[in-house]
Amino acid sequence: MRNSFFKLAVPVLAVVAALLISALLIMATGRNPLMIYQKMFSMTFGSDYGTGQIVFRTTSLILTGLAVAIPFKVKLFNIGGEGQVLAGAVTAATVGIVLPSETPPLIAITLCSLSAMIAGGFVGLFAGWLKVRFGVNEVISTIMLNFIVQALAGYLLTWHLAVPSTVHTPEIIRSAQLPMFDSIIGIWQKSPANISTLFALAACLASWVMIFKTITGYEMRAVGLQPEAADYAGINANAHLMKAMAIGGAMAGLASTNLVLGYKHFYEAGLTSGIGFIGIAVALLAFAHPLWLVASALLFGFLEYGGLTVNAYVPKDIFMMVQAVTILMILVLTKAMRGS
Amino acid sequence: MNAAAVRLSGISKKFGALWANRDVSLDIQAGSIHAIVGENGAGKSTLTKIIYGLFSPTSGSISIRGKAVRLNSPREAITEGIGMVHQHFMLIPELTVTENIILGDERSPLFAALKKKEAVSNIQSIAESHGLTVDPNALVSELSVGEEQRVEILKLLYREAEILILDEPTAVLTPSETEQLFKTLRSLQEKGKTVILITHKLNEVLAVSDTVSVMRKGRIVATEPTASVTKSDLANLMVGRNVLLKIDNPPEKPGKDILNVSHVNLTDTKGRSRIDDLSFKVRAGEIYGIAGVEGNGQSELLDLLWGMVDPQCIINGSVTLDGVNLKGKNPAEIASSGVSHIPEDRLKHAVVPDFSIEENIVFGRHRENTFRRLGGFDAASVARYTKRMIDQYDVRCNLESNPPLGTLSGGNQQKIVLAREIDRPNLKLLILAQPTRGVDIGAIEMIHKKIIEARDKGIAILLVSAELEEIISLSSRIGCLYKGSIRREFSTEEIRKGRGSEQNFGKEIGMFIT
Ligand SMILES: Nc1ncnc2c1ncn2[C@@H]1O[C@H](COP(=O)(O)OP(=O)(O)OP(=O)(O)O)[C@@H](O)[C@H]1O
Ligand SMILES: [Mg+2]
Repeated sequence: MRNSFFKLAVPVLAVVAALLISALLIMATGRNPLMIYQKMFSMTFGSDYGTGQIVFRTTSLILTGLAVAIPFKVKLFNIGGEGQVLAGAVTAATVGIVLPSETPPLIAITLCSLSAMIAGGFVGLFAGWLKVRFGVNEVISTIMLNFIVQALAGYLLTWHLAVPSTVHTPEIIRSAQLPMFDSIIGIWQKSPANISTLFALAACLASWVMIFKTITGYEMRAVGLQPEAADYAGINANAHLMKAMAIGGAMAGLASTNLVLGYKHFYEAGLTSGIGFIGIAVALLAFAHPLWLVASALLFGFLEYGGLTVNAYVPKDIFMMVQAVTILMILVLTKAMRGS
Repeated sequence: MNAAAVRLSGISKKFGALWANRDVSLDIQAGSIHAIVGENGAGKSTLTKIIYGLFSPTSGSISIRGKAVRLNSPREAITEGIGMVHQHFMLIPELTVTENIILGDERSPLFAALKKKEAVSNIQSIAESHGLTVDPNALVSELSVGEEQRVEILKLLYREAEILILDEPTAVLTPSETEQLFKTLRSLQEKGKTVILITHKLNEVLAVSDTVSVMRKGRIVATEPTASVTKSDLANLMVGRNVLLKIDNPPEKPGKDILNVSHVNLTDTKGRSRIDDLSFKVRAGEIYGIAGVEGNGQSELLDLLWGMVDPQCIINGSVTLDGVNLKGKNPAEIASSGVSHIPEDRLKHAVVPDFSIEENIVFGRHRENTFRRLGGFDAASVARYTKRMIDQYDVRCNLESNPPLGTLSGGNQQKIVLAREIDRPNLKLLILAQPTRGVDIGAIEMIHKKIIEARDKGIAILLVSAELEEIISLSSRIGCLYKGSIRREFSTEEIRKGRGSEQNFGKEIGMFIT
């Protein structure tokens, strides 16, 4: 009872504290925080378009959050969401370009999404393999892989994929593009919110089921909580470490479909920058729980887009600080509460 | 009258709906050794954790040497002169004994050079005056369990603790280490220190304590001078009924060979020989007891039988189960060929404390079809099974609130492990390492019955235990393990005769293991 109370109290306190701090920062810029918050609200959840923007951003963050949360269950810290989502984006765009244009939508979308997941998953798996084969710390290997994937993506774009004298690829075929919520049910008009949000929610649900309801998830949690006991119980820890990294990477890869298949319909340099890193924060705030992730991603999606909407009055960097302060607060509060 | 070292007045502690301690009032006299006994889950550990500031009581008050205190953390308890030796030691293996002892109490301002030399001589003099022999410059990773415990005690004395709490300190000790610990406790007592001792071994209570308190269901039901009580008095007070201090062990009917260990040699990663031409057989329907002092190859033998040996060790000889080779197989394969295993270190190797009771009851058996449905668990079947095991093994817990296993009392966690491993289907070989460590005497009686029941079903049982009494009363044959091989094997007839005069028989066995 005490435990679950703390679990709720920590994120709430962290968010409140972060809001207070941002209020101070806003005041320091000479603005009235209440006015800014009010404007921010009316342009985000207060508007149809703004809500769509938030949903769009939340979608990517749910998936990059899962990329961190799942390896977290086996006590691995996947910092490689950035590279994994990038690998997914380049792959999804490439497949979307080379497919014959008469490919039926269902097949085109499935092929693009699956290949994005495989690409991201492969990057994650590689880090997992380095861990179990050579004992390489996954934090280091995933950071290094981020650089490698970035360089590789840059090379592929400049030398092979880009439309001449631009930094983006050609458009993917029509049938690989994801329908907008706007065009199917008429909500969130003109916003980039697309049906990949459903992918993200399904992925959360599936992850929750996997972690808490399947034997695989049971074994994974055991490996994370008590690795030595897991060995005695005949659980193959190495297989689970690699599996968790591969699934995490695949989730990050899937995040790219929101951007490539749903929003831009091509890959351009920097399209995915940052969402992998924010995913770390999203997962931390949600205690790596796949369902809490949705709320956590929503908060970060809101802060990110909300910051943009009031950019005219206060620098949006303030809201980046709010994000960072929230995470720091969580770390501090969890430690403080454990310690007492 | 001089004030009690510790005075508890009306202490209660509630966990959820459960009263772990209920209105406990108790005086612990300064300069005494005060034992606390009671069934598993009676609330002994909780009470001492309250005195040590780890838990704050729901109600009631504490005074130390006549002064009312509120202890909110072990740090505050330490400043009041209270120290506790935990069952699971909190030492850093990479540091030396001295470094571990002065850690967190360097007695010098931050950034000033550590006065290690001074500390070493200081520690040495404390150690010598209390018979706590341990090399202050040794690395903790090289120490035996008994030595680690001495370091923990030294840590408290170095911090000038006046009141020492020891929660089941002898569970992990060899008989001679226990003797040595008791000498230390008596010497501490002579220096006017107060000792609070929790133990399940009533002989130890009688041997070392001045006063004994019995707890039942959170309450203190009796506090007596030790001299005025007997073992069976205590047992009756604890469980509220007559306990069979000797179990009924009908003759066994052994069948064919199940486990066959033949000419096994094991050399560890540092090139030291750990098992030396070891051979023995365990037949279906018999209990083969391995007597021996820790460190004579028990751990290596257990690791070998469970497929947990470091792959860099060199192993020769053969290990077969019912004619099938076991060597080189992993724990999952070994388990599925009909072997169960209760490891020595329950907390580290047999359970996941953060998992629920249900999740722990199937831990390691989660691949069995009865518990599975589709890719997950058959929740109803797991729940039913858990309920049954909890009833059969008399596990004291509040199943409805679905608590994590880690919140169960130590002995009740052990019962969960026993239930899970003894009840494994299609069992051919049951490996028991210290099966009754940490369980109360009522539960020992029940567990011994279960072990004999398993034996009579035709299961081959290998029993490794530091308790000679347990080995003698259960075993069909006894192998004395010394320096990695069986030095002497006692036959069923010899054991039956030996049970007549257990003391002498114990001494005889003792000669072959030291
Ligand atoms: N942190 C906790 N949360 C919830 N319940 C707890 C917690 N710690 C102990 N309990 C409960 O309090 C009761 C007393 O436990 P305690 O550990 O004090 O028993 P004990 O007398 O030390 O038993 P044992 O001899 O088995 O060690 C048990 O029912 C246990 O489940
Ligand atoms: Mg206890």
